[in-house]
Amino acid sequence: MSVTTNITPPKDEFIQRTRSTATADSGKNLLTVQALKMHFPLTQGIIFQRQVGAVRAVDGIDFYVERGETLGLVGESGCGKSTTGRAILQLYKPTSGSVKFDGTELTTLPGEKMRRMRRRMQMIFQDPYASLNPRMTVGNIIGEPLEVHNLAKGRAKTERVQELLKIVGLNPYFTNRYPHEFSGGQRQRIGVARALAVEPDFIVADEPISALDVSIQAQVINLLEELQDRFKLTYLFIAHDLSVVRHISDRVAVMYLGKIVELADRIDLYEHPLHPYSQALLSAVPIPDPQVEQKRKRIILTGDVPSPVNPPSGCRFHTRCWKAQAICSEVDPEFIEHAPRHWAACHFPGA
Amino acid sequence: MTDLLEVTDLHTQFFTRDGVVRAVDGVTFQVAAGETLGIVGESGCGKSVTALSLMRLIPQPPGKIVSGSIMFDGQDILKMDDDDVRGIRGKSIAMIFQDPMTSLNPVLTISRQISEALELHMKMDKNEARNRTIELLELVQIPSAKKRIDDYPHQFSGGMRQRVMIAMALSCGPKLILADEPTTALDVTIQAQILDLLKNLAREFRTAFILITHDLGVVAGMTQRINVMYAGRIVEKADTVELFANPKMPYTWGLLRSIPRLDESRRAKLVPIEGLPPDLIAPPPGCKFEPRCQYRRDVCSEKEPELKRIPNAKSDHEARCWGTQEGGWLVDTDWKREIGDTRLIEAIKQETASVTATETPGE
Repeated sequence: MSVTTNITPPKDEFIQRTRSTATADSGKNLLTVQALKMHFPLTQGIIFQRQVGAVRAVDGIDFYVERGETLGLVGESGCGKSTTGRAILQLYKPTSGSVKFDGTELTTLPGEKMRRMRRRMQMIFQDPYASLNPRMTVGNIIGEPLEVHNLAKGRAKTERVQELLKIVGLNPYFTNRYPHEFSGGQRQRIGVARALAVEPDFIVADEPISALDVSIQAQVINLLEELQDRFKLTYLFIAHDLSVVRHISDRVAVMYLGKIVELADRIDLYEHPLHPYSQALLSAVPIPDPQVEQKRKRIILTGDVPSPVNPPSGCRFHTRCWKAQAICSEVDPEFIEHAPRHWAACHFPGA
Repeated sequence: MTDLLEVTDLHTQFFTRDGVVRAVDGVTFQVAAGETLGIVGESGCGKSVTALSLMRLIPQPPGKIVSGSIMFDGQDILKMDDDDVRGIRGKSIAMIFQDPMTSLNPVLTISRQISEALELHMKMDKNEARNRTIELLELVQIPSAKKRIDDYPHQFSGGMRQRVMIAMALSCGPKLILADEPTTALDVTIQAQILDLLKNLAREFRTAFILITHDLGVVAGMTQRINVMYAGRIVEKADTVELFANPKMPYTWGLLRSIPRLDESRRAKLVPIEGLPPDLIAPPPGCKFEPRCQYRRDVCSEKEPELKRIPNAKSDHEARCWGTQEGGWLVDTDWKREIGDTRLIEAIKQETASVTATETPGE
């Protein structure tokens, strides 16, 4: 193979250059993530645990989130999208890389400062059944962050909790009820109220509607949109449902096996996807219209997502890609800006 | 075409401490041989209980099929004794469950689980059954089936397990397969694989399918006819093209406009269905959807409408709605105006609002 000899490993300065464009900090970015890696060690042995490998859940990603925007993060299960969300909030200690929030580096921030920083960044979880403590009343659940961050006490706290319940569309007199008395959609509203309690700037919403019924999903999506307008929130919206992400996001990042393979403004991404994986993903989503469905061409990928313990060499998607050539299995493609604000990591991008 | 399955006025109830849950309350439908029927609805609408009733798999107590008839291939399943039902279950009617993680037995090999049905129903000996199992696994496109046959379920990925479930369902050449949310637990690219496989199998073997799902996108591409269920009842039924082109019941409108579409041209505000589905122990006296319906009139809360054909629509298009019956107030309503245009108007409103509000830098 002649290709092999031509390929030299990419120079570090070049990576640096592409990265600096992908994460160009112009002051309007609330969050900047650079070369973020989150590896979970795999150990063996009973007493002496030695590391035998690592799950490369997130393996070097770069992106930024502008103030007031919603960045959608999509991908299939196991691609590392939830890990990304948690690593940003420092709920996991990232293996390497940098996470800058409003100019402050979070990965090296000492405990107490980090704790105070958390007031500004909150999370909404996927499962409204598991993320609310069943033994706490709604008032205590929503009031706890207020106490932790010394924002309100006593009467003021009760009033604030009632106000929050009203904001998320629940009856303010529900404060003494327990989570089991609420439906899934209502519980998710409680989760939203808890995140809002500390008046954050940034919310990571990790699959906030996946556990809800179709007719209830729209209620929660609309609520999140209203709150964003009202409180000037910035969202990182993690989901696997591409239609929902398209609906709610300003820009969308597509992840595959620990890497962002494409990042673009939402219209760009959905109408001109550059990466074959994005193309396949989009074509796989069924559209509720039988006439459209009949005419659509579907790209059906073969096989499953490879294991993140031992990801494929070169481009991680090459094992399932119909465009793959020799170079794809050897060189990991750079994450390059192919069009203004449209990044992709592919040797053969485009149609 | 004669009907393979004819369900008439099926009532399935659960007797709980809090009262009687009318999970399926008077459901009537037919499935012709080789046809794919979709049953769509939210969780708790009775779609899965309908499927389980067809197989007589309702846990009893607390559940009970109270009345109705299920004619399958000329026999009433509800009147059969247990042995005869066992002869049909897995042989003439097979089922694919939602969760391939929990519906396979983790301590038995794949070959054991598939050949069990073959030995039992098809009276094959061990060797025959094994060979047939390999054929089946190849049919559902499991790579190197010969090698994988003695693996355990945990050695397969979610998509592969669902393929094993499908192989198992196909094993005895059933006339009808009930697929209960077969792709809900799977990722989109795997979902596309499985749907493609099911479609090809239905065509190849002329097996009838009942596809139960909450995803309108999935039924749009897969089925010939659709029943929309709400609170234990069928509220609208029509052929697939008709249902999406000309939906009549406000609940169906609600479902269609509460989900964002991938091919949406602009960002419109979603219109959710307000409120929650009714409590099936004490459902509203009139139309079950009435409390959440924005088109309701007085009659809706007084008396429950029947499933009737709709004037101005295809003859097999029926809805359970006072507004869509002869002389009703929704008969001539243009749904595109109700769904499409409200979205469009909202979108234009939003766009003009956002343009005036911010100077959108960098665009």
